[in-house]
Formats: sequence, structure tokens, C-alpha cells
Amino acid sequence: MPAQDERELRIVGFLCNWCSYGGADTAGVARFTQPTDLRIIRVPCSGRIDPLFVVRALLNGADGVLVSGCHPRDCHYAEGNFYARRRLEMLKRFLPITGIDERRFEYTWVSASEGQRWQHVVTEFTRRIHELGPAQSFNPATQEEWFNLALNEASKGEACACHGS
Amino acid sequence: MRIGVFICHCGSNIAGTVDCESVAELASGFPEVVYSTDSMYTCSEPGQEGIITAIHEQKLDGVVVASCTPRMHEPTFRRAVERAGLNRYMFEMANIREHVSWIGKDKEHNTNKAADLVLMAVEKLRRNRPLVPKSFETIKRVLVIGGGVAGIQAALDCADGGLDVVMVERDQSIGGKMAKLDKTFPTIDCSSCVLGPKMVDIAQHEKITLHTCAEIEAVSGYVGNFSVTIRRRATYVDWTKCTGCGVCTEKCPSKRSPDVFNEFMGTTTAINIPFPQAIPKKAAINPATCTMIQKGKCGVCAKVCPVGCIDYEQQDELINVDVGAIVVATGYDLFDWHKYPQYGEGRYPDVITSLQYERLLSASGPTGGHIKRPSDGKEPKNVVFIQCVGSRDRSVDRPYCSGFCCMYTAKQAILTKDHIPDSQSYVFYMDIRAPGKGYDEFTRRAMEEYGAQYVRGRVAMIYPHGEQLMVRGADTLAGTQVEVPADLVVLATGVEAAQGAVKLGETLRVVPDQYGFFVESHPKLKPVETNTAGVYLAGACQGPKDIPTSVGQGSAAAAKALGLLSKERLESDPAVSKVNLSRCVGCQKCIGTCPFGAIKAITDRQGKLKAEVIETVCQGCGICTVTCPQGAIQLEHFTDNQILAEVNALCPPKMNASFE
Repeated sequence: MPAQDERELRIVGFLCNWCSYGGADTAGVARFTQPTDLRIIRVPCSGRIDPLFVVRALLNGADGVLVSGCHPRDCHYAEGNFYARRRLEMLKRFLPITGIDERRFEYTWVSASEGQRWQHVVTEFTRRIHELGPAQSFNPATQEEWFNLALNEASKGEACACHGS
Repeated sequence: MRIGVFICHCGSNIAGTVDCESVAELASGFPEVVYSTDSMYTCSEPGQEGIITAIHEQKLDGVVVASCTPRMHEPTFRRAVERAGLNRYMFEMANIREHVSWIGKDKEHNTNKAADLVLMAVEKLRRNRPLVPKSFETIKRVLVIGGGVAGIQAALDCADGGLDVVMVERDQSIGGKMAKLDKTFPTIDCSSCVLGPKMVDIAQHEKITLHTCAEIEAVSGYVGNFSVTIRRRATYVDWTKCTGCGVCTEKCPSKRSPDVFNEFMGTTTAINIPFPQAIPKKAAINPATCTMIQKGKCGVCAKVCPVGCIDYEQQDELINVDVGAIVVATGYDLFDWHKYPQYGEGRYPDVITSLQYERLLSASGPTGGHIKRPSDGKEPKNVVFIQCVGSRDRSVDRPYCSGFCCMYTAKQAILTKDHIPDSQSYVFYMDIRAPGKGYDEFTRRAMEEYGAQYVRGRVAMIYPHGEQLMVRGADTLAGTQVEVPADLVVLATGVEAAQGAVKLGETLRVVPDQYGFFVESHPKLKPVETNTAGVYLAGACQGPKDIPTSVGQGSAAAAKALGLLSKERLESDPAVSKVNLSRCVGCQKCIGTCPFGAIKAITDRQGKLKAEVIETVCQGCGICTVTCPQGAIQLEHFTDNQILAEVNALCPPKMNASFE
């Protein structure tokens, strides 16, 4: 379901089970208050996160996606976060090519003991997404909506050559 | 599928900021949910019974519980659904406590978020399938890293319980910090008399193999089947022949070796046995100060050794050993007090650490148990103790309390009076922290019976004053400045993580906290377990601890290892990767990326190359799943479809077109 009201935006989090999910738990246990926009999906390792999950979330209308894993060298599976780092850095550089603002995506490292750091990461990222505002829709529901979108782009002079301006 | 949803109030922990009834009501409208309810404490016995009854009555084949973190109670609820006859993987958890009620203030937002998380869990559960674990054999051998009192206790308990034990100690002898102590609080019994027999037991126990001068080089494998490489440093002495007679240490002409055991209070010979009760009692050469090794001239020890055990050509040795469980007991190091300018940064020889003072008090120490101050060997009459040097001080990034310094300072004040009856002790302290059996009484004795003067305040500076040192500090209770002349100043240096702990943590996949202490699995309920199954913590490597607590934790870690290896076979987590052979193109990318070597290449009937997962070796990280260009290898319980179902639950695709 999309965000409930305009005070909240839709932020999806992918967290590895061993460090960052634990860090988010630690933040909860310590009652470190955070914005409520974020919804967390638990995965075993940041190396399990397919960059296409992130893209899917953004295409589906997420306003922001946050990925967090164990600090480099601290991976529970020895090297999963190294794979994650390479894949996600590639994704970050690739996003603008697809027309998605790369600031809507961030990856970070938070260990299970860093509750305070998790609070900081969530607060900062949520603040950034709120500054960017709701994401532009990439998946119009109907043909008509799709057409309107193209027209809208065209009126801004940003449309591609084939659709004319 | 018939799904049941259970929303937990957790008393007021969740219900305080989440409207649990309306979450349950919303959940009843989620796909395939046929039963939805809320309860006070779902994890309690009636709560679990409620789940079981509902599974039977409503004929549920999947359960979602929305409560605390799955890291806490997932195993509890999995057992509950299993008791009701469901497969334990037909269960999902939504974390609406740590991730919702405890961090959000707005009840409406919290309730919405909780409902979202429940929907995610429902959508994931709809794509779950029953998984059955495989079992594998365990190796009935335990590795204990560190030969301090915690490690000794863990090793003895494991060995007495029937397991083989391999103990690895970095120093030349086991005993750790406790072997350096003269007496122990609060009984003032002799440290080596308590520890000595246990050290001898380690040496003589038929089930214990001891490697000293050794460190962990590499660890691979998994719970029940670790494979460990130990690097044993060259000692230049063949220990199979050395009898520990000590003739070489008497005759060695190179006497400039730093005396590590005596905390650098003097020097020792290049070939040395650290202390009389050392286990193993074998000599070792310090290559940095040995004239023969450095310059190729000398060889005195080789000439005098009656059994011919000196070997100047000895090399480091790598030892491989397979173990089922690992106990980490690497202890602590002392804070480097030279960071404080006010204590002279080492300019004054009569400012020493408490452990150095301990060596001065000890009959086996460099002064034979007579307190002589380092500068001129005179007996000190005024001894000033300064507490919290490197504890509870943010300015040096040590905000934590080291825990036992208050106690050993009181002990040292008492011992000072015992050694020198006309002496006077002064103790600068912040607070007295003596929360243990007989501990507060002990500090009171130091003040009342032994006349130690306790001054509440910090020391601003120490400066030379004739033959003495002048200690200037505040007395915050009197509200004045005080100056105390001191013949000797003893710094109660705090505890910090042992050198190399972070590196060892990387090898063992045990995470250190920001100060380098290893993080336990749960701060209250799993104090000796780590997040790596089969690796346990004992003693001060987990945080500052005194001797009784370290011994207790050593025994606790041993109990965990014994419990683990008492089972003939262990069940492996079935949430492992699985290859869809019809999709696999045999590119072998997964084989290259797997950190555990859990995937091997096979040829199918048509002679085509395929990948196959060795289920008991796979740890379920899912790196291969992302690597596979065909989506052929999928991590069970975290398949692409399951994760995407959660994504779609949060951000529903409006267009029906599929991009998969």
C-alpha cells in the first residue's frame, strides 16, 4: 500500500539480518525515536540484495530506498557486503541514466551495536527524501495516465525527440 | 492457503503506541487471511496455545505473528507452529515492537506501519513452502582461544565433560592476567595458589592439548565442523625435549630482554621461563635480543643445555585442527595511561600501573615481594592511588566503567599496609563501585581498618618535589584543592579490548563493538553466545569482568559447547540455496562467488555442466542467488519471488505488466 497521508513518504529498507537489522533492533530497544516512513525488509545478507530489488521498489513508486549491511570486513558471511558494495555502487551510478534521482537511493553500513548510528541514518535519509518530495510516478495505471505523463514532460521541454515538443 | 494473523500487545510495549485491534481488523482483509486476532502476550504459554488452537480449529496452513523482533522469538513461534503440525517455515514474523512501537511517537502512523509490516509478512508467507532440515555429524572437540582464567575454566569443564580440547595461548605460558596478580579481592587469598593447580590440571589433563606461543591464523567451516589453522611461533627450543631445568636462563649473557611477565619492571634474559609456575614450564628465546640469532655469535644456551634442545633454526609451525565449537577467551589489555598528560606521560619512574604494583607486591616479582620504588629502590611511605585512569572518561574515548579497579585498589591499599605498617595510602576516586558479594565490606575495611585515606576527586597534575612526587587534585567533598606528597603513585589503569581482538573477530566472524569487545548474541538472554553459531565468549573479551565473573562465564561457555556437541548430529538450517537444474546453464559463477565452497559443478545425464549445492555446507547468505544470471539458484525462504512480494506489498505495481 502506498504511504497513508502526505506527512509520510514511502521508504523501503533492505537490511541484513546480522548487523543492520540487529542495529535497528538495538535502536528500538534503546527507544531511539525515528521517523516512521521506513519499512524494513529483512534479508540474510546485504549480498542477497539484488540491485533490481531496489529498482523494482523505485519503479513501483517508492520515494526512497535504503540498504544497510555489516561494516566491510565484518560480514557474517565473510564477504557478502563486498559484493553488495560493488553492486550497489554500480546501481547508484546507473540510476541517473534511468531517470531516477540517485539521491533517492542510499546504502550504508550499521553494526548490531550501533543503535544510535541507525537512528541517525534513518533520520537523515528520511529528511533527505522529504526534501526531494514524492517521487515521480514511473508506473501509470492507465494508458491515459501514461499519455498525460508524456504530455507533462513535453510541456516542460524535457521530452525525448520521438515524442516531439 | 489459509493464513492466521496474531497481533501481540506485548503488554503496553506495543499496544501503547499501536492500535493492535485495528491492525488485526485490517489484517483480516489481507489476501488469504482467514483468521486474525490480537492477544496480550503471544509468546506466553496461553498465547502459544491460542496459536495452536487456531491452527487446529481454523485449519490454518500458515501463521503470521506481529510482535517483537524475529531475532528474539522466531524460534519460539516456529516451535509452536511445529507443535500444531505445521512446518516451521510456514511462519512469518512482523517486527512491530523494535521497528514500530518503540521508535515512533505518532499512534496513527505506527498503526499504519504495523499493518504494512503485517501485509508484507502475509505476502511473503503466501510464497513460503515447507522446508525440512538435513542433519550432519559434529566433531567432538573444542577450541579454546586464550589461556587466562576464563579460558582455563572453560577448557577444564569441557574436558571433564568428555570433549577433546585444544587450547591456544599467545604468550609463552597460560595463566593470563591472573597469574601476574599477588592476591585477589575480597578474600586476599594468594592468586597463584588458586590458579596454579588449575594451570597444572590443563597441562596434565589427557583430553587437553595445549599450544602456547601460538595464535589463530585462519578459521573456516561452520558450527560442528570448524577447521582451524594455528600458527605456533618459533621458540628456538625443542619443547619435546626441554625439561624446564632453567640452566640456560641462568647462563644466558644477554640480559636486556624486556620482562613482559613482570610488566616491564626490569629486564630478563633472552632465553627465559617467564615465572616459576609457568605452564608449560619450557624455555623460549626472544629472537630480538638473542645475540646468537641477531649476530650469530654466542650459543651459550646450546652449550649448557643438558638435553640439547636449543634449535636456532626453528621456524614457525602451522597446525591444522578440526573442532566442533570455539570458545573465545582472549581477555583484555590495560589502557595506555601515557595518553594523559597530567600523570607525567612516563617522565616519572615512580608513577606505575596497578599491574606493575602487583608485581612489586608479589613474592615471585622482580623485588621478591618487597615494595621498592623504581627510581631509587627505597621503600615508599606515602602511596597515592589514582582510580579511573582510562575508565569513565570520554576525553580518551573510554566512557565505560572498567568495573574492578575500585576493588583492586582497595586490595592494594590493604596490602601496602600489610607490607609496610608505617605507610599511608591515599586513594583519589570518582565513585566507589563495589557491587559484589562482600565487595563493599572490603572497601570499607580498607578505609576503616587499614586507614586508607579516600579523597573524592580527580588529579590535575603530578610534579616532582624533591625526592618525592607531589600529587595535586581536587577534594570535591571538602570543596578544596589538595596536594599530597607521594613516594609512589599507582594508577588504576582501566580495561580495554585485547590487542588483536578486532583482527581475531574478523577471522572468527564475531563482531567487536566500538571499543573492540566482542558482541554477545543477546545482552541479557544470550550472554555467552555470538551471532556465529558454535562460537562462544568467555571472560573479559566480551567486556570488563573480575575473576569470579570470568570463571562463571568460562563455565557457561563450556556448558554451551557441551550442550551443542552432546547431540550426535546437528540439524542444518534448510534455508539454503537450491539449483533449478532446468534453468542452470553451468556458467559456474555461483561456484566462484560462494564464500564457503558450498557449490560444486556436476554433469547431468546429458553431460551438461550444472551447479549443485552441498546443503550442509551452505550457510544461506544468498550471494549466489544475486550472482546467477539465470535466476536458477535460489536461496530457499528468501527467493527472489518472496522478497519481491514484500516489495510489491509496500509499493504495489499499478501496471499489470511483469518485468520478470
